[in-house]
Amino acid sequence: MANTDFDIKYVANLARIALTPEEEAKLGHQLGDILGYVKKLEELDVTGVEPMAHAVPLANVLRADEVRPSIPQEAALANAPKQANGLFIVPKIVE
Amino acid sequence: MEYETVIGLETHVQLKTKSKMFCGCVNLFGSEPNTNVCPVCLGMPGVLPVPNERAMQLTALAGYLLNCEVPGFAKFDRKNYFYPDASKDYQITQFDFPSTTTGHVDFEFGGGIERVRITRAHIEEDVGKSNHFAQHSGVDFNRAGVPLLEIVSEPDLRSADMAYEYLNTLKEILIYGGISDCDMEKGMVRCDVNISVRPVGAEKLGVKVEIKNMNTFSGMRRAINYEVPRQIETLESGGTLVQETRRWDDIAGITESMRTKEQAHDYRYFPEPDIMPLKPDEAWLTEVRSHIVELPLARKHRFVSDYCIPAQDADVFVGNVPLGGFFEKAVEGAKNTKAIANWVINNLQARLIETGTTVDELKFEPAAIRELVGIIDAGTISSKGGQEVFAELFENGGSPVVIVESKGLAQVSESGELVKWCQEAIDSNPGPADDFRNGKENAINFLKGQVMKASRGKANPQVVGETLAKLLKG
Repeated sequence: MANTDFDIKYVANLARIALTPEEEAKLGHQLGDILGYVKKLEELDVTGVEPMAHAVPLANVLRADEVRPSIPQEAALANAPKQANGLFIVPKIVE
Repeated sequence: MEYETVIGLETHVQLKTKSKMFCGCVNLFGSEPNTNVCPVCLGMPGVLPVPNERAMQLTALAGYLLNCEVPGFAKFDRKNYFYPDASKDYQITQFDFPSTTTGHVDFEFGGGIERVRITRAHIEEDVGKSNHFAQHSGVDFNRAGVPLLEIVSEPDLRSADMAYEYLNTLKEILIYGGISDCDMEKGMVRCDVNISVRPVGAEKLGVKVEIKNMNTFSGMRRAINYEVPRQIETLESGGTLVQETRRWDDIAGITESMRTKEQAHDYRYFPEPDIMPLKPDEAWLTEVRSHIVELPLARKHRFVSDYCIPAQDADVFVGNVPLGGFFEKAVEGAKNTKAIANWVINNLQARLIETGTTVDELKFEPAAIRELVGIIDAGTISSKGGQEVFAELFENGGSPVVIVESKGLAQVSESGELVKWCQEAIDSNPGPADDFRNGKENAINFLKGQVMKASRGKANPQVVGETLAKLLKG
């Protein structure tokens, strides 16, 4: 059963994607189906089951505070559409 | 109407670790842009972050120093938002199960002790640094992934000055605990300020304005001093305040609106699936607790009560921990603790600053200052002689008693020579001598000066005075 308890325009805005009215209808429908499918989980009786933070029963997986080599600047910037003076160049941030 | 200011602070502090929070890149300020980066802190797909254990220890230690609880369960969450300085389009932080909760900070303010409650102190990753140019912005990710402790206070602060003192105390505590260097110049401390006003006596909080990303304490104080009257004037003139985020323009000295609640971020927090939860056990916490240090305020009170020194002197020893440590060794078993504090603060500290040396590099033991004060108090040397002894001590080390002997600085208190000098002074200055005999008691000071001169400062002034008086009254 599809779930319609969301606003496709709001979700699209959060994801920073622009949708045409046709896409809104199509993707809204698909997202509803996905959410409806996941909603099936609510049918499970979880009485007495402790909430868990992770599916794997492991805790305290930590690393020692040791410095390891970084990658060269050229490699870091290799995929940047635009770069200058070692910086990732992005549209002017105005907030 | 009278208004009350209500302020809460969210303070972000970079932790003193060698490496970043979730990867092995160096945690270092001032490198060439994008050189301390790797696929993890650049937010490449498919990488796995692993928390830095040292950062978790420092977080728990900070919790203890802020009188927080350190729960037996904590986890990481993703805070989702789009911004060029967030490489992954989310920040790894702690949402509903932070590593420390509910504490408080006590500090001196307005002649008393104030307490600000701490809601929580959680660990997260710092974001990249944006540089703004005319047409574009440029991002450096060296800072991205640096461990960042966010300390959230309850709205217990009532003025800009009080917020300023709270921040100073917080900074001092974190430096004491070795949790952060808190170097403002390097942007290690930044805070967001929540401000509202309400009529005095009102229970309900007023509409809250948040000022983001203040990176100096004085800037924060100015921002609050601008924002509070703005809010009051708005209310007084019949206007309404909207919940919003404002930016402080330090040059113009004003705050300006960035976004209102309607445009507020929806962060869609959810548990970070790449990182396992944290369950600090007793052995781990016991290790952390072994690093708990005496807090600045407690240290101050101890110095004042144990060593009977003035509060201002204690402040010096709170601000300069090595000097305080030196003082504590110097006063062991001493009677005149006040004089020792004076020598340490006025002479030793001054010379250390002048010569750019540290307490560790001193050529003499703390006990030498105790010995120096002892021989001054016993009248063996004058306080002027003491200065000479100290100069020699600082320069070449040694023991004050030995220096006094080798330099012949001991005061002359014995009668023989001293009586001779006094008689000569009286004989060669009949005028003042007669004045004294005729009741002008101050005239003796001139004679005293003559004797001190004749003795080249080695005569004990008190004994000189007594001897002169005896001779004159004959």
